[in-house]
Amino acid sequence: MTRKFVIIVLGAALAVFAGLDFYRSRHLREPVVAGPGVARVKTLGDYFSKVKGTVNDCNVYILEGAQPGGAVLVLGGTHPEEPATRLVSWILAENGILEQGRLFVVCSANRSASTVTRPSGAYPDSFSIPTTWGGQTFRMGDRWSNPLDQWPDPEVYIHYPTGQNLAYMDGRNLNRTWPGRPGGTLTEKTTHAFMELIRTEKIDFVIDLHEAELQYPVISTIVAHPKGQDLAAMASMVLSGEEFKIGVESSPEALRGLSHREIGDHSDAFTLLFEAPEPFLDATRGRTDAKLLLEGKDDFVVRAGKRGLLFETIDKNGWPIDVRVGRHTSTILTVLDLWTLDHPDRGVILKNVPRYAEVIEKGTGAFLKDPASAESKTIHYE
Amino acid sequence: MIVTILYYLLVAFVAFLVIRNLLKSREWQEEALYVVFLIPLLLRLLRLK
Repeated sequence: MTRKFVIIVLGAALAVFAGLDFYRSRHLREPVVAGPGVARVKTLGDYFSKVKGTVNDCNVYILEGAQPGGAVLVLGGTHPEEPATRLVSWILAENGILEQGRLFVVCSANRSASTVTRPSGAYPDSFSIPTTWGGQTFRMGDRWSNPLDQWPDPEVYIHYPTGQNLAYMDGRNLNRTWPGRPGGTLTEKTTHAFMELIRTEKIDFVIDLHEAELQYPVISTIVAHPKGQDLAAMASMVLSGEEFKIGVESSPEALRGLSHREIGDHSDAFTLLFEAPEPFLDATRGRTDAKLLLEGKDDFVVRAGKRGLLFETIDKNGWPIDVRVGRHTSTILTVLDLWTLDHPDRGVILKNVPRYAEVIEKGTGAFLKDPASAESKTIHYE
Repeated sequence: MIVTILYYLLVAFVAFLVIRNLLKSREWQEEALYVVFLIPLLLRLLRLK
């Protein structure tokens, strides 16, 4: 009996420490220091009341230029396990200054998914970006909404409104639930709220930031709705000629629920979805830790490349986070420049955001602001 | 809501079975295994998010 008691006490201690670890991970506070370009901060619930006060009532940072123009929405954290996407939105909210138009920036499009990691994936629960002021820590996150927030999963997820059958867990995937529905699941309500934002704020186009495994064919590319294909093709040509190779792909009609298809079909706006390479997501990766997440170096993925199994190149230098962040900032800036050139009345001119070469030279952390030295009214938590 | 209630009832039932087996067991390896298996069930029952 004494032995049983000792084992139960050890088990209880394990449960307490595991519980505390999960709690800390889920509730880790991530400060955003709203930069001088942020005119106001709303939340997603301001556009659809059923999201108000829920875990997905994320912040919407609104940057406004002195000159009237168009409106663009940037979504970071659709899949929070793709960290470059959230870091780019941080850089925009903390540094961006608009000369014309309005820019809506979301750092945690699926906030629920940022509070959990992949079950059995052995993910780290957080990662830190080094800065001159000591570094900033972010939640790791997953691809799908936290099952604690949306449960149970159906046997088969049926997309609304098309009725297409998709994998059961994609009912919690923010990029399979567009355009959403007001009476649906948390994830469907979230995409419905974004659709309301797009309609209310007369958004011209949406930029949905992503990262992809190298074994996935849709990588290092811009996926565009037919309404945005000219813009995506021009951006691809300019970037491939001047900074780095990036392709362009057409949004398939047969696969439903994705931002690049449904936003264009259900509103006046269209979506451009950017993909950058993230070896951390590859199935053949080695140890799944924060080092791999940030350095993007993995011998097993390199070996897969030597056997012709990848859709993007990789060498011993890997795909570091600064390269992935820089690809996204440069692609955003190029797309906005080209859009403004073509639509001067609906232009969006964004300044003070680093391009590819500058992010690689200085590091992502150089563009994150220290909350300890910021005014408290400028600090918002994700 | 009904599915959630059924889920918690199921978790409680499985936790009860594991605790019963733990108390009956004579092998320390089995006891350790039961305790480790019990952890996620208890975290769920306590609704620790």
